[in-house]
Amino acid sequence: MNDRKKIYVGLAILIIAVTFPFWYGLVVTGDSTRPELFLPPDATECIEETGFMTANHMVLLKEWRDTAVREGEREYTSRSGEVIKISLTSTCISCHGRKDEFCARCHDYSNVKLTCWNCHVAPEGK
Amino acid sequence: MERSRRKFFRDAGAATLGLGCGLPMLGTGCSSAGEGAQSDSGSTGQLAMVIDLEKCHNDEIRTACAEACRKAHNIPEIPDPDDEIEWIWDEHYEHVFEDLVHERTPHELKEAPVLVLCNHCDKPPCVRVCPTQATWKRDSDGVVMMDMHRCIGCRYCMAACPYGSRSFNWRDPRDYIEMDADGEFLTDFPTRSRGVVEKCNFCVDRIREGLIPACVEAAAGVPGGEGAMVFGDLRDPHSEVNRLLEEKNTIVRRHSLGTGPNVYYIV
Amino acid sequence: MLDAAFRGSKRYWTILAVWVALIVIGGIAFARQMTEGLTITGMSQDVTWGIYIAQFTFFVGVAASAVMVVLPYYLHDFKAFGRMVILGECLAISAVLMCILFIMVDMGQPQRFTNVLLHPTLNSMMFWDSLALMGYLFLNLIIGATTLDAERKGAPPARWVKPLIILSIPVAVSIHTITAFLYSGLEARPFWMTAILAPRFLASAFASGPSLLILLALILRKMNKFDVGREAIRKLALIVAYAMVINIFFTGVEFFTALYSDMPHHTMAFEYMFRGIEGHNSLAPWMWTGMSIALISAILLIIPKIRANERFLPFLCVGVITSIWIEKGMGIVVTGFVPSPLGKIVDYSPTGAEVMVTVGVYGIGLLVLTLLYKIVVEVRARQNVTYEKVM
Repeated sequence: MNDRKKIYVGLAILIIAVTFPFWYGLVVTGDSTRPELFLPPDATECIEETGFMTANHMVLLKEWRDTAVREGEREYTSRSGEVIKISLTSTCISCHGRKDEFCARCHDYSNVKLTCWNCHVAPEGK
Repeated sequence: MERSRRKFFRDAGAATLGLGCGLPMLGTGCSSAGEGAQSDSGSTGQLAMVIDLEKCHNDEIRTACAEACRKAHNIPEIPDPDDEIEWIWDEHYEHVFEDLVHERTPHELKEAPVLVLCNHCDKPPCVRVCPTQATWKRDSDGVVMMDMHRCIGCRYCMAACPYGSRSFNWRDPRDYIEMDADGEFLTDFPTRSRGVVEKCNFCVDRIREGLIPACVEAAAGVPGGEGAMVFGDLRDPHSEVNRLLEEKNTIVRRHSLGTGPNVYYIV
Repeated sequence: MLDAAFRGSKRYWTILAVWVALIVIGGIAFARQMTEGLTITGMSQDVTWGIYIAQFTFFVGVAASAVMVVLPYYLHDFKAFGRMVILGECLAISAVLMCILFIMVDMGQPQRFTNVLLHPTLNSMMFWDSLALMGYLFLNLIIGATTLDAERKGAPPARWVKPLIILSIPVAVSIHTITAFLYSGLEARPFWMTAILAPRFLASAFASGPSLLILLALILRKMNKFDVGREAIRKLALIVAYAMVINIFFTGVEFFTALYSDMPHHTMAFEYMFRGIEGHNSLAPWMWTGMSIALISAILLIIPKIRANERFLPFLCVGVITSIWIEKGMGIVVTGFVPSPLGKIVDYSPTGAEVMVTVGVYGIGLLVLTLLYKIVVEVRARQNVTYEKVM
């Protein structure tokens, strides 16, 4: 089995490549502290529980997007029974007005590309 | 509302459980099947516009219309005609009503300016060909809608539209949109991104708030512009548009194609 | 079986390197297109489809034409195509792949491609075309792989493949029919809205595809001593001759309806193509060249002695391919947009970047085709060795 060496080298390269994001993040940026978010001072919770929003805001926003644009439905009832207006630029932005200190902080940290503001007019302009 | 909330929690739940990649997709697939079924049922209304050709000979009126539309929808002003985005604009009579002119039609009439925009057809060819239902005819009021999130930019709708009413974003429109002194957009209306098709939306955003389309309002604001453009629901027997259609001689663009345009012109 | 693609002579690696270079060229231009938008192409608000969609249309034809070897071999047990069939299937795989890529590079939002499948829209021909193309790709992949693998083992292919082979015949016809329906169902474009468009597309496909196959077979013979046999080439040439004559007949039928009725809507497109309108005549030299080559090739192909002469045949094949490439690739798609619904005559010519992206897609197609043909040739060569050993 004279291919053994080649196989090990290949495996090593594979492992390095697959784990690249982890060690790159650790070695190069060296910073893994949780990003600090700007939160509205007068509110304790978003339209749903914080944990739920952190995990599912993208699903909720997509659902809002489709019901508002395609079905013309503009009301959302939260789990606590509150009726909320489906609107990115009025409902969400009324609290999370500083997108650079809210949306961008986490999205930059986790390197997830955010495309909402390519079209929607952000509160602080361009 | 109830349905959509349930659907949301189902999808959200699945995503939380780590099934994120599979189930939400199924969810959207199901919802789109529902949309298809919905659009088969008869619609409950049809918004329409009646444009008075003679009154609209006034340059000021037409300019005001186009300007109001541009400002209301953050429409870019791209100098290159190949890339230009247009929702409502001027064309020569002979090109708009090709079948109504002949060799001996007076020159002035042939070149008379006519306002053109999306016809929000009864049987829109663009909707028929769209592979993703990014454009569809809304049941409640017959507006031909665009979902900028859904559009894949294949431009099949542009090949299918017999009126040239659609524009594609060949480049990023944001570089060409008018801003105020503080560097802010004039309105909150979402700009579009590169790579999607757009067109007149009959000002659905304004209608929702009880307003009339920006162009109609602007036309009425110009002296002599009253009644130059009239907007209303064809299913409402007492609407102004119905009264005009009964009383006046009106035409539509390329009637023989059978698309059923809902923008009428008083000759 | 696949290992054959990783072993080869210096010449083999050089060829692959050339294709990779083409892909790099295309990649550079495509990266620019993704950052600046489709504005870097020659397309406009009036001519919204250009060389990408035209190339897509041409290669759907090439893909569909595999049926011209599959059908005689499997339905009529025409043994002479025994070695040709797999070449046809591999060509189909590479051509469909290029079709899909040409659609992708034409899209404004290619990352949303899955929307076509996530929101199935039964009334859209583009939805059906995507389905048919992907179905045809998978069918050919499965059929090609299983039949070749069976051959390698010296056993007949598994029985479940036969129904798939039969299925691939109507699917091949359907991909080009639906592609024609994309155009012919639009009331906005009188030039495209003709019932003969689908038959015409099929006829031109069955001329251009087999021509390409003949050329590839001749190249393979020269390079690798892989011989499909004279009989196969001769029969394929006959198919090209018939298809080309039918293609020209269908085109003539179009001409007659338009020019004899003399309706402006119908004559204008032909006037634009062959004479130009108001000085817009950039297509005219192409169309005249294409038509002349088509006629000359067809006449020479009809003459049995010339057709059977393998010194002339490659030139005739190149002629057929060129003329149909011009007709489908330049003429039909672009002319549909002239005049625009608002009476404008806007010229289109591809930009450098657009040509580079097109070349890149060609590169991917050629790379895939080379790899597939390498595997086929190796499998056949090894088999011959075993035969010799046995004997």
